[in-house]
Amino acid sequence: MSAAATKVFVSGNDAIALGVRLARPHVISAYPITPQTTAVERLSEMVEDGSLKCEYLNVESEHSALSAAMGASAVGARTFTATSSQGLLYMAECLHYASGGRFPVVMMNANRALALPWNIYNDQRDSLSLLDCGWIQIYVEDAQEALDMILQAYAVAEHPRVLTPTMVNIDGFVITHTYELVEVPAQADVDAFLPPFQTTNKMSFEVPTNMGFTATPAHYTEFKYQQHRALLDAAAVATEVDRTFGQRFGRAYGGLLEGYRAADAELLLITLGSVTGTARIVVDQLRANGRKVGLVKLRYLRPFPAKELAALTARAAAVGVLEKNISLGYEGTVFTNVVSALAQAGQNAPALNFVAGLGGRDIAKTDIAAMFDRLAAAALQPPPQRVFFINLGVATDEPDQTA
Amino acid sequence: MSRPKVQPPFAPKHLADFPTGTCDVAAHLVETLASWRTATPRVDVNQCTGCLRCYLVCPEGTVSKIENNRVSIDYDFCKGCGICSHECKFDAITMIDGGTA
Amino acid sequence: MSPIKPPNAKTLSEREFFFGHKGCAGCGGSLALRLALKVLGERTFTVVPAGCMSAVGFVYPQLAFGTNAIISTFPGTASMLAGVAAGARALGLKDFHTVGFAGDGGTADIGLQALSGAIDRHDRILYICYDNEAYMNTGVQKSGLTPFGARTTTTPAGQHIRGSITQKKNMFEIVAAHGIDYAATASVGYPQDFINKVAKAATVEGTAYIHVFAPCPTGWGCETDLSIELAKEAVDSGLWYLAEFENGEHRLNRDPREFTPVRSYLEKQARFAHLRDEDFAAIERTRDAQWARMRRQWARPTTTAPSAATPATAG
Repeated sequence: MSAAATKVFVSGNDAIALGVRLARPHVISAYPITPQTTAVERLSEMVEDGSLKCEYLNVESEHSALSAAMGASAVGARTFTATSSQGLLYMAECLHYASGGRFPVVMMNANRALALPWNIYNDQRDSLSLLDCGWIQIYVEDAQEALDMILQAYAVAEHPRVLTPTMVNIDGFVITHTYELVEVPAQADVDAFLPPFQTTNKMSFEVPTNMGFTATPAHYTEFKYQQHRALLDAAAVATEVDRTFGQRFGRAYGGLLEGYRAADAELLLITLGSVTGTARIVVDQLRANGRKVGLVKLRYLRPFPAKELAALTARAAAVGVLEKNISLGYEGTVFTNVVSALAQAGQNAPALNFVAGLGGRDIAKTDIAAMFDRLAAAALQPPPQRVFFINLGVATDEPDQTA
Repeated sequence: MSRPKVQPPFAPKHLADFPTGTCDVAAHLVETLASWRTATPRVDVNQCTGCLRCYLVCPEGTVSKIENNRVSIDYDFCKGCGICSHECKFDAITMIDGGTA
Repeated sequence: MSPIKPPNAKTLSEREFFFGHKGCAGCGGSLALRLALKVLGERTFTVVPAGCMSAVGFVYPQLAFGTNAIISTFPGTASMLAGVAAGARALGLKDFHTVGFAGDGGTADIGLQALSGAIDRHDRILYICYDNEAYMNTGVQKSGLTPFGARTTTTPAGQHIRGSITQKKNMFEIVAAHGIDYAATASVGYPQDFINKVAKAATVEGTAYIHVFAPCPTGWGCETDLSIELAKEAVDSGLWYLAEFENGEHRLNRDPREFTPVRSYLEKQARFAHLRDEDFAAIERTRDAQWARMRRQWARPTTTAPSAATPATAG
């Protein structure tokens, strides 16, 4: 840990803003949406008070926010934008455009439920519905990790082998508006960790270029394969960046995922985002009662840490995936990804999908304990169905689908 | 150089032959457009006064100013639209049927 | 940015910055783009949305722009322009132009919101709308700038409806109403006037907008050699106009004493072939009402154009 680091008591959005300022972006473009707003308010204040020297564009939509960030990136500028929920969907065209154009924009997404019905509270259906847009997707557990991952995100996104935009997902309200003690690294240390952005994927007067061009069927596939390779390569880069970050700042997060009391666990619950904190407490309580339970916190959903995950689940008798998401008509997207990874590794322990926390519904410690109970039962006798809506709250004609 | 030269065809053998991302050097031409033409402008240098209206209004930029304020046409890229001929006030440009003058 | 002395055909840069593109023969939009880039020169960043100019100019590996150029999303011309300008400024670049070229649909319809945002911020960009009065790249569908009566593939001329039933959106006054720093209308039929306006717009400290009328022989159903003549005739018949907005004031650059007949202009184009006498009369009535208002409300040229053939600012 750096001697010059300071500790502050701030919200998750404040922590994001502090991280962005340390990263020295050239251009920020953003459009307000709850619960992202206080992050861009802080950044505007930093520009106003002169502590953040950058061009700040108050744009008229999220589409323009990302479009402007791409324009700035296309001349070699470091860029930041932030959004949430409906705003992320409104950007959808630009999300694919940014990854195809290899513009390493860093964006904070405050995870929030999608309309309809309207709902401003937290779940993760916004970003998970856009898992295929070619971005690196990071999910954080608390405000400290939010700040740290903004810095790591730039280091990964701008790496010459990666050159891919990166989305740092932070649970709406649960993290964005919760105050925590956060360590803010010293600027000099961040400057040493994160050198200025250098790229040849840009327009310049030294080497004029034409960008964003059309590729016919004769060449399109090669460009997509190149992107796919870059995202696969991002796994090793992200792991290395996290290790370097840990050496410099005293906080490493385990790379693409973190196992918590997972090594000898018979029942494993897989989580992402802020609910991991609650789940840690439940695991500790159950462990105190002698039960062999553990957690895997997925930090990156793209690239997906399939091998690393399978290494942790190899000895589990049952695996559960807790996600604030459902791909309606099938199962949770995280679950689909996890089950695919287990199948690739030849593992066939029963796997259950716990769909919880939609639209901000509370996930209590007792809910998580009940999930471990279900996993224990499944380890003995796999149930006929594998998707469970947690806390549905009312009776249905399909009682097996609820828990 | 007022116009880019046509480069050899793009024949990638390895992924590394592609640029990283959709970005490559400006003014990179690999084919001419002469085959588009069904009519071809012919300049009568004796009638041409060097007013340069044809140079100004050619959508392709294929009309060049040459010495003595005369013009010449780049037949590799002229599409034969006929604007130069139509706009010439001195009947110095005639459209000839076919792709060659 | 240093002021640009408006060039003419003899002094214009001989370098071609939009060359080898696959635009249709006689394309007015290509000409507008070519001329503007020659005025602006090599230190220019160009943004072109998905549409004709990007489809004809950027088909890898044939890259037709000689300047730095990038295709934006269809709605994103102005927002990407804003980002390019902000990025270049933040990186300390000096003495450069940032210009966008979008068509009528990309400007008046899907790109209007981002353009509004850029003007609101007074971003230092030049936005050029080349108006060929329909979505040509996708096959001649109606846009917000398709004129009354025009047949397009989505406003067919049949027994019940005779082409487009709406008038062109008034983009020039829409951008002016934002309090834009500079706006102008132009036509490729008056190329010197267009060149003069590009040179002027390039030095504006803020947002500049030029709306240039640019015929499309493919979409209009006219001979490919008529693009310049039609673009001039649109102005001379009063169906288009040359004007500027600066310092909060509108000014007509040309104020013809009499208009050439609209029929002569319209009858050269297959898209108007179905129009009847009453349609021509309706088009003239709309034109006359618009001109009466413009003449009443706007500053007029210091010398009235003596005839249709000699515009006030055109060479």
